[in-house]
Amino acid sequence: MTNTNNEILQQLCRHLEQQGGGKAIDPDRTLLEQLALDSVKVLTLIMEIEDEFDVTIPINALADIQSVRDFSILIGKIKSQQ
Amino acid sequence: MNTLLDRLDAAAAERKAMLPDGLDAFGMPVEEIYSSTEARVGNRRILFFGTNNYLGLTFSPECLKAAHDALDSEGTGTTGSRMANGNYTGHRALEREFAEFYQCRSAMVFTTGYQANLGAISGLAGPGDVLLIDSDCHASIYDGCRLSGADIVRFRHNDVADMDKRLRRLGERTKSTLIIVEGIYSMLGDQAPLAGFVELKEKYQSLLLVDEAHSLGVLGATGQGLVEATGLLDRVDFITGTFSKSLGSIGGYCVSNHPQLDQLRYVSRPYIFTASSSPTTIASTRMALKLLRDGVALREQLWRNAKQLYASLAGFGYKLGPDPGPVVAAILESPAQALALWRGLLEDGIYVNMILPPAAPENTALVRCSVSAAHTSEQIERVCESFKRLRREIGL
Repeated sequence: MTNTNNEILQQLCRHLEQQGGGKAIDPDRTLLEQLALDSVKVLTLIMEIEDEFDVTIPINALADIQSVRDFSILIGKIKSQQ
Repeated sequence: MNTLLDRLDAAAAERKAMLPDGLDAFGMPVEEIYSSTEARVGNRRILFFGTNNYLGLTFSPECLKAAHDALDSEGTGTTGSRMANGNYTGHRALEREFAEFYQCRSAMVFTTGYQANLGAISGLAGPGDVLLIDSDCHASIYDGCRLSGADIVRFRHNDVADMDKRLRRLGERTKSTLIIVEGIYSMLGDQAPLAGFVELKEKYQSLLLVDEAHSLGVLGATGQGLVEATGLLDRVDFITGTFSKSLGSIGGYCVSNHPQLDQLRYVSRPYIFTASSSPTTIASTRMALKLLRDGVALREQLWRNAKQLYASLAGFGYKLGPDPGPVVAAILESPAQALALWRGLLEDGIYVNMILPPAAPENTALVRCSVSAAHTSEQIERVCESFKRLRREIGL
């Protein structure tokens, strides 16, 4: 993982920790199991993450995302294409 | 055990866990219909305040006669697709009448309102395109977006600045972006700030589709919907809607001035691979569209009723959606509160809709009334009295 990807992962974890009331986020576990999110809350979270990183994340791009780390890699990929 | 079936069991268990004991998870069967506003459910006479029968046309004598005549002359169903044997002159006539109603070049009729969104969106956009949708859009819009294979991006509900920000991020891709909003939103009954959205779609050279499902017949001098009420009909690219609300039947439509609309007939799978609407549906809808267009008095009555209910509930201290209108939603703080209110109303012989999370806006639950022009002032007063008493009894 490059430095940029590490920075994205750290920033993402910080954001998610705030969402979860300060609870530590494990990058290798899923968002759903760590934050107890329903489908609607996940969609709201995506909009917040888009704003945090100033990127466009199509909701259909999330189908292959399992872990928080996967999510950070997707954000990095989108940023590099902008 | 089969994992596919396990998943269904889990979904059913989740649904049942939210319902009170003895309540059917598949809804309450209506045993007998007395009128467009009253029916029998079980042994109880029920006042309907949860239908989408905004103009009360389901028992219009003119619509009933048109449907009876079509049944006798054309039979019970078409048994085929519009692209095959199911293309009757009535279907084409209804399309011409919708095009005239909106003063648009063309119109397409779909078998359901759900399929109108599914068919229009999935036909207009494809892989590589972008669909920018309001976060509160109806499930038919989400499903149409998924079927298209385009990238789906959401903006915050009714937030013009948020849409602007997301369009800016898309860069050149805005030119292959379809923006989708609704005239009136079904959960809280609020209206889209259409002027701001139209300005943005023009600024970024995108296309705009407005779903007028809940606003057809309700807004505008002739009932075209929000596009007419705001004077923006000519600046919107596509309009979809349904027959199953103000028109009192079932089906859907898409109208546009873009000549390419008719080409959807070749590519829209929800249009092609289904049987066309029955002759009775088409006949009653054609008549209902005339009544809707000329229905100034019906719209005035509907708005009088809506304002009466909205003002009364607000006066009792209920938190409501932002705009008075035919959808009047009481916003409760918890599913338990919503359930107590909904059950109390039902025991008083009043049917409304209860919306629980995650379908309700975040951290809320809704008890949603739908007002009709056919409701009498006495019926509305009866509903208001129940809301008032239950607020005190439940301690809301």
